[in-house]
Amino acid sequence: MRLVVCLKQVPDASEVKIDPIKGTMVRAGVPSIANPYDMHALEEALRLKDKYGARVSILTMGPPQATDVIKRAVSLGADDGVLLSDRAFAGSDTLATSYILAQAIRKMGEEEPVDVVLCGKMAIDGDTAQVGPGIGSRLDCAVTTYVVGVRSLDKDKKTLVVERRLERGVEVVEADMPVLLTVNKEANEIRYAALPALIESIKYEVPVWTAGDVQLDLAQCGLKGSPTQVKKIFPPPQKDIETVMVTDTISDPAQIAKLLVDKIEEAGMLA
Amino acid sequence: MAAIEKYDLIVVGAGPAGSAAALVAARAGLKVIIFERGEFPGSKNMFGGVLFGHEINELIPNYWETAPVERALIEERYFLVSGNSATTIAMRTKDFAEPPYNGFSVLRARFDKWFADQAVEAGALLVCETLVESLIMDHGKCVGVKTGRADGDVYADCVIVAEGANSLLTRDAGIHAEWKTNEVGVGVKELIKMPKDVLENRFNLTGQEGVSMRILGLTKGMTGGVFLYTNKETVSLGFVAMIEDLAARGFKPNDLMEEIKSNPMIAPFIEGGSTVEYTAHMVPEQGYKSVPRLVHDGLLIAGDAAMISNLLTGEGANLAVTTGRLAGEAVVAAKAAGDYSALGLYSYQNALDASYVMKDLKQFKGFAGYLHGNPDLMDLYPQLANEFLKGLLTADGTPRGAKAKALLAEVKKKKSLFGIAKDLWRGWRVIK
Repeated sequence: MRLVVCLKQVPDASEVKIDPIKGTMVRAGVPSIANPYDMHALEEALRLKDKYGARVSILTMGPPQATDVIKRAVSLGADDGVLLSDRAFAGSDTLATSYILAQAIRKMGEEEPVDVVLCGKMAIDGDTAQVGPGIGSRLDCAVTTYVVGVRSLDKDKKTLVVERRLERGVEVVEADMPVLLTVNKEANEIRYAALPALIESIKYEVPVWTAGDVQLDLAQCGLKGSPTQVKKIFPPPQKDIETVMVTDTISDPAQIAKLLVDKIEEAGMLA
Repeated sequence: MAAIEKYDLIVVGAGPAGSAAALVAARAGLKVIIFERGEFPGSKNMFGGVLFGHEINELIPNYWETAPVERALIEERYFLVSGNSATTIAMRTKDFAEPPYNGFSVLRARFDKWFADQAVEAGALLVCETLVESLIMDHGKCVGVKTGRADGDVYADCVIVAEGANSLLTRDAGIHAEWKTNEVGVGVKELIKMPKDVLENRFNLTGQEGVSMRILGLTKGMTGGVFLYTNKETVSLGFVAMIEDLAARGFKPNDLMEEIKSNPMIAPFIEGGSTVEYTAHMVPEQGYKSVPRLVHDGLLIAGDAAMISNLLTGEGANLAVTTGRLAGEAVVAAKAAGDYSALGLYSYQNALDASYVMKDLKQFKGFAGYLHGNPDLMDLYPQLANEFLKGLLTADGTPRGAKAKALLAEVKKKKSLFGIAKDLWRGWRVIK
């Protein structure tokens, strides 16, 4: 069984600031991390590997230093990985990115067929949640989003059962493989690397594929292949919020609720 | 997963000592693995920020061309502060702005990473985010380390411990007792950012030049001192104080830091700047008297873990580099001889004793005790100097001869001339 995890390197969102004048992200000096949602997708893949046996391969698109996240994945138990890195990919939006990644997965499949592709629910730098389903539709396979766990997997029947966390509850879905899952954070807790694997990962030389290594229509890659245009990025306007400290000592929940509603009404926040 | 292969040398800690040891051993063809508990080398570190370059230059000639150095230090300024006054003694030379340079200010988070990379390029394997929890001993001989990771035991012919002043490994191995509160100090440092031109104007600097200042009079009599030095676009300001003194006086380090920053003599140096980093770290203070036995069967100790630092000259990082280098060389010699026992590794101790490191440490061994026994040095003397000179310089119609006499009488009220002479004589005895 072959699992492919799409893993993106992103700026650590907890340390990114928005330039208040230009409205752009200040990325200088901000450390890079593996997209947290993708790490949960990786952990889910590693759990399937532990339980059913599988080869877990990592696919990353980004600049040369993005090999760091592949090495991190290998330290946790991934078997191998590949970095897609080419100037021709720069500026790709979700449409172009999902095209390039899908083509790379096809190529990976030539070597050993891919049964499950796992992506994070979204990346924390773009928050679009479009690339995962985009890859799935290009590969023409089943897609299940918001996965919070794989209940079971049948290698012979080539099916798996997943739980999806939706607004109104949990949906249990059976899907035929090949299938693409986008994984949510609640799915699992990420493991801590054992030392032998960590040492192997430091020595691991990550293969790099450029545009020429994958069958690609360059018109669909990079800026050329990206119809999305970002007109403006701006932080949500800061509202002047008045803090009201309620000091009444009441313990009856109904009374507390009434008091809060009164205060909210007073503040003119109810229509 | 296959078991981890055996190494010639395990180095614990990728600071200046650890990286120097790994670099020397890897260059000689030994199989070396370095463990660093931080996310990357330097992420857990802090030092006074002044790196005297002579030792690094011997290992990596013209290191300044590739190392992330901040400013070449051309001036050492002693600043004696009391109240609204300060007396300055400064030595500035343009010669230190020329290769091979005397020293640079450096930021540890960047410098340590670069230095460790040199060891990696020489062939050492660097493993970060991995805590070494204990030494693996076999019949009194160190044969490896146990890390905090699963399947985390690693074996080697020799281990060099260079994990810094808070060295729990050597304590747990019974090599030394818990440091006493008068053996270690706490160092607190703030990195304060300001525009480059403001900084250069403020300290009268051009190009790559920088200044380091040692400030006395602001530690309330505690053994230690305040330091300030200039980086490219930041000023590092902080203090070191003996833990015993802080505890006895009930001071919180951050309160003292705030007081220093708002002192009328210090505030102008950092005015308009914003604090971008705050660090605290344990530093060895006692020097020679605290140095534990450094050579054991299969085990060497280097850097701050060996309690090697010089309170008088402010040296630490360069001493660490030297100890690491000598330790690495001893392991190379031990491998050639096939003897990793304490006897086989003893060339480390011999080389240290023959070097400036131990000679200086022995020479100044009484210095920390001298300071500790004379709180006046940290407090009263800067005050006396300022009052005397201020009085002498004040033009108020008094004849200068009479004034000098009166000022001297004022001084005598606070400290007898005999007492001053005694302190000076003792100080001289300690360092001569």
